[in-house]
Amino acid sequence: MHQLQPNPSTSSGQAPSTSPEQAEAQASAATAKRGRAIVLTSGKGGVGKTTTAANLGTALARRGASVVLIDADVGLRNLDIVLGLESRVQHHLLDVLEERASIDDALVADKHSEKLFLLAAAQSREKDEVETAKMQALVSRLCERFDYVLIDSPAGIELGFKNAVAGADEAIVICTPEVAAVRDVDRVVGLLGNRFKPQLIINRLRPHLVRRGKMLSVDDVNGILRLPLLGVIADEPEIIVTTNRGEPLALQTHTATGAAYHAIAARVAGEDVPAPMPAAAKPSFAERLSAFFGGKRR
Amino acid sequence: MIEFLKRLFGQPGSSATAKERLRLVLMTDHLELAPEMIEKMKRDLVDVISRFVEVDRDRIDVTFERQDATLAMLANIPILSVNRPNGNGTHKPPEQPAPLPEASAPAAAGPSAAPPSAKAGSDKPPVRKRRRRKKSQRAAPAPAT
Amino acid sequence: MSARRIVITSGKGGVGKTTTTANLGATLAKQGKRVILIDADIGLRNLDLVLGLEKRIVFDLVEVAEGRCQLRQALIKDKRFDSLAILPAAQTREKDAISPSQFASIVELAAETADYVLIDSPAGIETGFRNAVAGANEAIVVTTPEVSAIRDADRVIGKISAAGKPIRLIVNRLRPEMVRSGDMLSVEDVCDVLSVELLGIIPDDEEIIDTTNRGEPVVLGDGNRLGVIYQKIARRLEGELVPFTTFDNQSLLGRLMGALKTG
Repeated sequence: MHQLQPNPSTSSGQAPSTSPEQAEAQASAATAKRGRAIVLTSGKGGVGKTTTAANLGTALARRGASVVLIDADVGLRNLDIVLGLESRVQHHLLDVLEERASIDDALVADKHSEKLFLLAAAQSREKDEVETAKMQALVSRLCERFDYVLIDSPAGIELGFKNAVAGADEAIVICTPEVAAVRDVDRVVGLLGNRFKPQLIINRLRPHLVRRGKMLSVDDVNGILRLPLLGVIADEPEIIVTTNRGEPLALQTHTATGAAYHAIAARVAGEDVPAPMPAAAKPSFAERLSAFFGGKRR
Repeated sequence: MIEFLKRLFGQPGSSATAKERLRLVLMTDHLELAPEMIEKMKRDLVDVISRFVEVDRDRIDVTFERQDATLAMLANIPILSVNRPNGNGTHKPPEQPAPLPEASAPAAAGPSAAPPSAKAGSDKPPVRKRRRRKKSQRAAPAPAT
Repeated sequence: MSARRIVITSGKGGVGKTTTTANLGATLAKQGKRVILIDADIGLRNLDLVLGLEKRIVFDLVEVAEGRCQLRQALIKDKRFDSLAILPAAQTREKDAISPSQFASIVELAAETADYVLIDSPAGIETGFRNAVAGANEAIVVTTPEVSAIRDADRVIGKISAAGKPIRLIVNRLRPEMVRSGDMLSVEDVCDVLSVELLGIIPDDEEIIDTTNRGEPVVLGDGNRLGVIYQKIARRLEGELVPFTTFDNQSLLGRLMGALKTG
């Protein structure tokens, strides 16, 4: 179940060069070494795409990769506020696509992670104002400069989703262990088609509910979706707090969720690290006793 | 747990931070969504100021800036000429700066602000006009809700 | 006398539009009202699933719009309630398969035989949302006490106000203990920021996950705390002044103080 995707380009493994000039020549000659463009999508809204984008981006950047996050949710932008960068956005995606601003003008440097940048969505525009071809071209250009281009897709399967997907080479789908979310991811995977082999992140698992049979388990979800699993993240009230502050939880590697994002980042980067899983374990004795006596309610 | 410790040592809960951030981001969002409102505000502002000074309507610039925990509107309004203090409607710019009878206000911030010449017979102290110009060029930060 | 046509929307996905539509509809039906629920989320339908009616779908919204069936053929009566029916969305079509005026016509038609037509809007502010709003003459905006949700709610409130329709707010998934500890915005904070009339406060409740899995509205059973809360919301919709539930020490907006316990 925990298959790793082959990593097309890693920043490790380059031959050491003898001089800076030779290194630069090598780098520019190796045009095959491009950043990876990954779309994060789900179909259903509110499952954690934006939170995952912010945290995964943070974790990758802290591993030393250069990362740009693109908020493709034109009209309802939120990646900026999740990162705490809402006051620093001067130009947005449409300014760049319509050539009113350069990429460098529009990129906002993250407050906490040195190699992380944000390209914010436009708030006062509509998704159908994004031209697919221009979006693809932009993502391609960004791949020449960054190790990772993470595209935060909006909810739904309409034009916003299509544009977010258009520029990407890989896809991560995010699902919560709820029937509606699973159904939507299933639909999205179908729409992504053969171009992608999407990997799955299961978000907001509540192990105590799973144990009591009140929530779908990881196996339940992936028994239906059958996707390579990047990792599972438990539902944490801490996420609300960190969003309140605009400080992604991945900055706190000592927390279970922070560590989980880092493990997912490692796996995305191709490392052989086990998929993070919340401590679900077996039911406690009290829970088994209660279930035995038919007490399905709390 | 971390939050509990933070509060124990005096750091405010994250909801206060969230509310403040939200308030400011919504103000910015609303402004971004209402270019017509901003245009109308500019026109009304200029109309009011033009009752006192002649301005260059083509070069007016209004921007909004985040300043720490507030949003501020910055208006830069080039002034072409200032009415004579006695109310005669001539619009010639003053010839040279003259000392003021009661120079208690700080100097005007406008780019082309030159203190009006203190002609005899003037009832109104020139310093009042300068204060008005200063107020009109730099609007107050948006009031807290 | 034509029905009240209410769109339930939010901007942000996943805040509880569909669950609210289902449960509010069921509650109104329990109170004897004739209720039709319409799922406007073409392509990602879920209202049927939440109500456990997914196996009974024969026709859908788009087929009604295209004249391939009558509205009454597409409506699925929920047998657990005397007067609740749903019009499911199409699953394999896109939101532009129907125009705002077509959607509005279908809602009008439904309104002839109902007291309430509740429209479950998709997330976002695009075509699906516009269709959903076009069919309504009132709106309920659902938000959670979280920054992103509130920001998106603000956006839809702006859009719906521009269309001149009255709006009321439901704050969903409140966690009173987190509000008390200063880790979550309070209802008062939310209302301050959004400046919209409050219709209801719904606490976070894990029962919803379980009941949705089983395809049951949580209000199906009697006497559970969410049932009581939805009843209050239904009564407020009917025009009654019902005090808001106090969740421990949370302050309210000039309403009477309720009991200290939730529900």
